[in-house]
Amino acid sequence: MNTTFKSRDDRGFRIGTGAIAALVLLVVLGIGFELTRQSLLSIAKFGFGFWKGTTWDPVSGEFGALPFIWGTLYSALLALLLSTPIAIGIAVFISELSPRALRQPLTYLTELLAAIPSIVYGLWGVFVLVPAVRKLELMTPESWKKIPLFKGPPLGVGMLAAALILAVMVIPLTSSVAREVLKNVPSTQREAAYALGATRWEAIRIALGFGRTGIIGAIMLGFGRALGETMAVTMVIGNNPQLSASLFAPQYTMAAVIANEFSEAADELYLHALIEIGLLLFIITIIVNLISRVMVRSRRTA
Amino acid sequence: MTSTSLRRRLVSRAAEAFCAVSVVIALLPLALILFYVVKEGIGALNADFFTKMPKPVGEAGGGMANAIAGTLILIAIAAGFAVPAGVICGIHLSEYPKSAFSTIVRFAADVLNGVPSIVVGIFVYGILVLPVKRFSALSGGVALGILMLPIVIRTTEELLRLVPAGLREGALALGATRSRAIFTVILPAALPGILTGILVALARVAGETAPLLFTAFNNRYWSTSLTQPIASLTVQVFTYAISPYEDWHRQAWAGAFLLVMMILVLSIAARLAVRRLERMNRP
Repeated sequence: MNTTFKSRDDRGFRIGTGAIAALVLLVVLGIGFELTRQSLLSIAKFGFGFWKGTTWDPVSGEFGALPFIWGTLYSALLALLLSTPIAIGIAVFISELSPRALRQPLTYLTELLAAIPSIVYGLWGVFVLVPAVRKLELMTPESWKKIPLFKGPPLGVGMLAAALILAVMVIPLTSSVAREVLKNVPSTQREAAYALGATRWEAIRIALGFGRTGIIGAIMLGFGRALGETMAVTMVIGNNPQLSASLFAPQYTMAAVIANEFSEAADELYLHALIEIGLLLFIITIIVNLISRVMVRSRRTA
Repeated sequence: MTSTSLRRRLVSRAAEAFCAVSVVIALLPLALILFYVVKEGIGALNADFFTKMPKPVGEAGGGMANAIAGTLILIAIAAGFAVPAGVICGIHLSEYPKSAFSTIVRFAADVLNGVPSIVVGIFVYGILVLPVKRFSALSGGVALGILMLPIVIRTTEELLRLVPAGLREGALALGATRSRAIFTVILPAALPGILTGILVALARVAGETAPLLFTAFNNRYWSTSLTQPIASLTVQVFTYAISPYEDWHRQAWAGAFLLVMMILVLSIAARLAVRRLERMNRP
């Protein structure tokens, strides 16, 4: 009799906690459902042309997302280019080179970088970074201005400022995951390298090579974070939807256009177009995150 | 032969130096941001900032009393539903780690963790703002709560797994039911660690701006109503930062200073809790 009471209690417990756990599932499915439902007008009107369209004109009701997709991918990619070597350098330094006593404080300080709110990055970006970037742009030699990468007036706000601030913001994530990956590389890998007469760096390269899937996963996680970053980018990128390769050009990202225009979107089609951008962002970040998680985890068992 | 070994050693040294330099490069912006936040923020921070309401444009002075209260209310709403739900979900995942349902839920929590906060904002706008056609404190708190959920779930699950199996076996051997064993023995053992995770999650959502822009919105007046739009430190800092007024910029820095301080305190508290926990668990 006692056992039946116990098993009934256990079953109730399992179902009860499971019902709460199902909430998470519901939220994720709900996001996908709600974003689709709220963008149906735009999906019906523009179809697949939405992500190819280059015009964003709320007045005439013409909406195309390409400049925003471009700005998002370009800024995230530039941020990746800047942050990857530094993030991996930090991971290697903390896990392989640093004296024991420095390890904890350095880990803590890099994590602090992740704890600073996006809005504070943005504020600092507007009043400190953007003027500094403008000075840098003013110093650019005239002959460089013919290269598409450096075209345009020196405004300060623009792609370069956004990429710089994004790079700083994703460094802590990439480096902490890369550190985990390095920690899980068996020490026999390094020992074997040393035994063969490798220098310290050569041994580290072996370790990095062993964990490369995880390291690439770490970089992609940073990419995913950069794609969805909103406030700091909104405040420094210049908010001008255009397809430009120039670092100096003010551009726009998917998250930024939602943040700026959502509460003033007067007609329904406008709102639906903005939410469809949110839906695209949702789908892109899920794909990027899933691939990177699989990569980060793949070596853990090895 | 010696020249190649010299070259290899030089390459090694250069690479090691690069790694050390990258630490400095990453900590430089941290130092710069903290420096400016303190320098610009501390001067604008005074008693008025905490007690007064925002003044209209052109009038000097005023404070952010409503935004400070608003942020606290929003965080309270978020924690009020995300902490119990997240902890219970974490318990389920650690009790039935291998079930298909748990795998799916864990996966969903992972996905949710990677969803940009602004997307969560749109979702909550769709379910809580649009139907009643009004921005509200409640919707802002729910948006922040959704962002907290995955962090609370993961920490709870991880920490419950660290509780020694002997404790559970002891409780079960004494005839406790599963739920009793968890709520009276296992959960209390892991509690300090879970509280740490909750503090970290709180620090994260306290600094969120994007999901509040079209849920809690903003409010120039004092409001504690859950069904009215409410001000928050982050949205207020944003509004002031992009305004053209010098006086508002100073207030924005003061707000940023307060935010950074809040987050520092929360994360140091979390840090101390972890350290105590480690000391307790040491045999």
